[in-house]
Amino acid sequence: MSAKIANKLATAVIITITSLMVLAVVGLLGFIIVRGLGHISFHFLTSAPETIKAGGGIGPQLFNSIFLLLLTLIITIPLGLGAGIYMSEYAKPGRFTDSIRLVVEVLSSFPSIVIGLFGLLVIVNLFGFGFSLFSGALALTVFNLPLMVRITEQSLRGVPREQKEASLALGLSRWKTITSVMLPIAMPTIVTGTILAAGRVFGEAAALLFTAGMSSPRLDFTDWNPLSPFSPLNPFRPAETLAVHIWKINSEGLAPDAAQIAAGASAVLLIMVLIFNFAARWFGRLLHRKFTATK
Amino acid sequence: MYRPAEGEQPLHQRLQKKHAKPHIMEEWVGKVYTTLCILVLVVTIVAIVYFVASRGLSTFLVNGVSLSGLLTGLKWDPEGDIPLFGALPFIFGSFSTSLLAALIAAPLGCCAAIFMTQIMPGFGRRVLQPVIELLAGIPSVVYGFVGLTVIVPLLRSTFPGQGIGIAAGALVLSVMILPTITTIATDALASLPFGLKEGSYALGATRWQTIYRIVIPTTLPSLLTGVVLGMSRAFGEALAVQMVIGNAPHIPHSLFESASTLTSAITLGMGNTVMGSAHNNALWSLALILLLMTFVFVFVVRFLERRNKR
Repeated sequence: MSAKIANKLATAVIITITSLMVLAVVGLLGFIIVRGLGHISFHFLTSAPETIKAGGGIGPQLFNSIFLLLLTLIITIPLGLGAGIYMSEYAKPGRFTDSIRLVVEVLSSFPSIVIGLFGLLVIVNLFGFGFSLFSGALALTVFNLPLMVRITEQSLRGVPREQKEASLALGLSRWKTITSVMLPIAMPTIVTGTILAAGRVFGEAAALLFTAGMSSPRLDFTDWNPLSPFSPLNPFRPAETLAVHIWKINSEGLAPDAAQIAAGASAVLLIMVLIFNFAARWFGRLLHRKFTATK
Repeated sequence: MYRPAEGEQPLHQRLQKKHAKPHIMEEWVGKVYTTLCILVLVVTIVAIVYFVASRGLSTFLVNGVSLSGLLTGLKWDPEGDIPLFGALPFIFGSFSTSLLAALIAAPLGCCAAIFMTQIMPGFGRRVLQPVIELLAGIPSVVYGFVGLTVIVPLLRSTFPGQGIGIAAGALVLSVMILPTITTIATDALASLPFGLKEGSYALGATRWQTIYRIVIPTTLPSLLTGVVLGMSRAFGEALAVQMVIGNAPHIPHSLFESASTLTSAITLGMGNTVMGSAHNNALWSLALILLLMTFVFVFVVRFLERRNKR
């Protein structure tokens, strides 16, 4: 076989495989959304789930997912930003920095179920937070933190050196330089990365099985006192998220329409993640334009 | 009236020092704050390793199960009259699903990366990359659900058996790890040293000759890094696999028979056991195996990266 024919053949094969892959991905997304869309209604999104009857909704689960995400972000962002700043600005090359880099790498590749077990042992039992939103948020923090650190570090490294040096030359302290000069420049990348990471956290389930719990109390959406056990705002109540709900009804669902609920909930979850994705891109571009005055 | 005490610095110098103070304070606050954040990270990982290890080791230390019994035992019956803790079926399940998933996803991912960097860079980067990245965003339970409603019935109708099993698990996992492999392969191919490819073309080589004689051998360590990272993700994935693999604690005779993995055994067992019981400790030992495998994967990746830098 001549080289030219081999070249044409290989190119054709690669293009075919790649286009099949794109078709498969589009088909997958389409399948999930189309299959679930028929089941999504206002009632489905707002009502409570039923255990043995048909017609249950996902209202509390959806609320729990969003609330848990917010809690996680409140804990993760300051910690992740701080650690990321340390890694990119304060860490001196050496054995200590290398080992911290290894820590971040290992932490980000821990299986989420192991983090869930750790949460069960330490946060739920040892610290006595019980199965609660707060325990879940802490477990998700462990899950999310290495991502945040990496995002912050990379975006700070992307800041032009001249800009940093100019600020230092004006006599500003290093910390002031970081917070007032470098962070604004790095902000679009950090925000984009954070929203993308949030999308991942939103769909996480394995780490939550043993920390946030697999059940939700009957929530009273008229009770906004954060200390009442039935208030949706109480962070120390057990909470089942949307992803956990999908897993639960698929493996032990008793409702006759469990398959439809799973389809609908999957579609909702996927649509939320897609919204996160597009929001990240759009918001990143917007911030970039705002901070750098470019079009 | 201000009178300088003996041995004290003159006023103007003291004022200057006061002037410098907020600066130093600021710097100090920044340093302490970021160092504390790093400490949280380090403490977290030490705590995870310590607690998982202390629980996981008590199977051997408290319950007297031998290490080889756990690693090579074929029977998992922790609640039986004579409790048996053979975890080999789970270890086998985890390794076979993640290896198979990597075998399926690696060629696909490399194809996509070659397409994006060598064949149609503009179109590929604009259309294919976002599509692949979307795959990474799909939650794992949704993958499990799709596997349960599409892949399992498909396998059931085309092959003998129930459809659930290692093949279904590996297929679901291969889609999940595809973005990891593709992204890393694309980065590696895109950052190929300038001039290598041009040199090959200048000698009259065709594009395919350049790709498989020059591009792939040069970037092989990075491509392998992607595959290993993908495998490590597949190894630790819990719920998607648990939904489609069937969860029978034995080594299956075919790819389409019900099997089980380390993660699925933990997921299903942990809720039904009492903390501190032998069964519970054995599950922690499985978690310890997962943890150790994570370290192995990280070190393989590091090794490959070092090879790559040379």
